[in-house]
Amino acid sequence: MERLPAFELKRPTSLAQAIEWLAATPEARAIAGGTDLVPNLRDGIGAPPVLVDLSRVPGFDAYEIRTAGARIGAGVTLARLASDAGVAAALPAVSAAAASIAGPGHRSVATVGGNLCVDTRCVYYNQSEWWRKSNGYCLKHLGDTCHVAPTGTRCHAAYQGDLAPALIACGASVELAGPRGTRTIALEDLYRDDGLAHLALEPGELVVAVAVPAQPRGAMSAYRKARARGAIDFPLAGVAVRLAVDDGRIAAIDVALTGTNSRPFRLAGTAAWVGRAVDDGLLAELGKAVQKQVSPMRTTVTQSNWRRQVASVEAQRLVRDLAKVAS
Amino acid sequence: MAKRVLSFVVNGRLREEAVGDSTLLLDLLREQLGLTGTKRGCDGGECGACTVIVDGRPQLSCLTLAARCDGAHVETVEALAAGGRMSALQAAFHEKLGTQCGFCTPGMIMAAEALLRGNPAPDEATIREALGGNLCRCTGYVKIIEAVQAAAAAGGGR
Ligand SMILES: Cc1cc2nc3c(=O)[nH]c(=O)nc-3n(C[C@H](O)[C@H](O)[C@H](O)COP(=O)(O)OP(=O)(O)OC[C@H]3O[C@@H](n4cnc5c(N)ncnc54)[C@H](O)[C@@H]3O)c2cc1C
Ligand code: SF4
Ligand code: FES
Ligand code: FES
Repeated sequence: MERLPAFELKRPTSLAQAIEWLAATPEARAIAGGTDLVPNLRDGIGAPPVLVDLSRVPGFDAYEIRTAGARIGAGVTLARLASDAGVAAALPAVSAAAASIAGPGHRSVATVGGNLCVDTRCVYYNQSEWWRKSNGYCLKHLGDTCHVAPTGTRCHAAYQGDLAPALIACGASVELAGPRGTRTIALEDLYRDDGLAHLALEPGELVVAVAVPAQPRGAMSAYRKARARGAIDFPLAGVAVRLAVDDGRIAAIDVALTGTNSRPFRLAGTAAWVGRAVDDGLLAELGKAVQKQVSPMRTTVTQSNWRRQVASVEAQRLVRDLAKVAS
Repeated sequence: MAKRVLSFVVNGRLREEAVGDSTLLLDLLREQLGLTGTKRGCDGGECGACTVIVDGRPQLSCLTLAARCDGAHVETVEALAAGGRMSALQAAFHEKLGTQCGFCTPGMIMAAEALLRGNPAPDEATIREALGGNLCRCTGYVKIIEAVQAAAAAGGGR
């Protein structure tokens, strides 16, 4: 890879200062663990004049997990999240997702906020500067055509972060802070299905923390991902499920997906399955719903239809296995 | 390029170095301090050859901004041998043939060192997990796992 472009590193010691510095320079970028941002900058994707380092913002790594719910600071590292027994017990999908992200040398510094805000990915984008230049730049950076869908006008780069689906399935919301104050939104509303601008953050706005409510009585959750390289890799398709079963019938079911669209999203229509038994008929409906709602494009070297089918099968396996444990 | 004076401990020795804001820890170690034990492999976060220990945690120096190491303790493979003698972990890599061309070895050893400090008797699955971010094109990994097991049996990384 290339050397990093020249930038000034700002190291704020308060949240207000971080926001001020980000807002003062429109091209400035926040850096948390840097495990997504640094490779992209080294690939020549963007040359921000200023990087605002979030590692010294007090309270950013605060962390609370109680029966009434959890509040996880944006600066909490994935290593800490993955090794926390409280998270593993209360939010197993989140724990499994955190443990599956990249390798130990990444997770020791990579953060919850950085993972939620990870850039979208594409085989035509995550390449060196000379590769992209030789091939012809694309819509997402410097170019005017999308090489995946040349007749269209949008970028289909896939969102491939792992934590988001697990947190969405567990009902999480995110606390944001920016130049215009603070707000809390449902985590799924942080995302837009647009590979160019997948985050609904205002200029200078930061993710401060994730809040997860108390989980419904008897609910269990799990996460699975399909990837090319078993030890470290982004999900080609990732699925999180939270399921509560009462007397053999579904009491609550939430499914969320990553890797297949430009945003992680909650599967629509699951409420209709409440009261049903987890049987072959239900699993077939679930599989169909997933196949219909995902829209993988040729942004990975793996075929898009394979990703569609794998997403569907992963969802079925998760629901079947969780239902088995519940009975 | 914006520069600053970085004050940090490298392999037990306090240093003050002038570094650019966009200097990577890997470049600081190799080019400025001459500590070439840390290897530049993929140079992009994929292979683990550049793994060093920062404040007790394994970290990829090719993705780390040097300027953010102000006040940190950085350890490289050069820190392990004492008085001309290899550490238990280094000796185990040598004896169990956990190293062939040697290019991945410093990163493997630092990742394993970080593991053994926190968990002196890891099982095989834990060792595989801890080395999951390190690529080796020579050994086939089996000998590397055996080397870490042998070092653990011999009393950890030291
Ligand atoms: C080899 C390799 C494998 C990987 N595998 C995976 C994987 O399997 N799954 C996966 O999900 N990721 C993977 N990653 C990507 C990355 O390591 C993780 O997503 C990581 O969690 C990013 O967190 P970070 O703190 O390092 O983010 P950074 O790189 O610091 O930031 C990422 C982005 O988020 C923004 N940002 C950071 N913090 C905030 C905040 N608080 N508010 C608003 N914006 C913010 C930054 O400006 C930047 O745009 C991999 C990376 C590599 C190099
Ligand atoms: S989907 Fe199209 S525009 Fe988006 S990164 Fe890939 S090639 Fe570029
Ligand atoms: S050189 Fe740093 S991970 Fe390959
Ligand atoms: S010994 Fe050659 S790469 Fe591992």
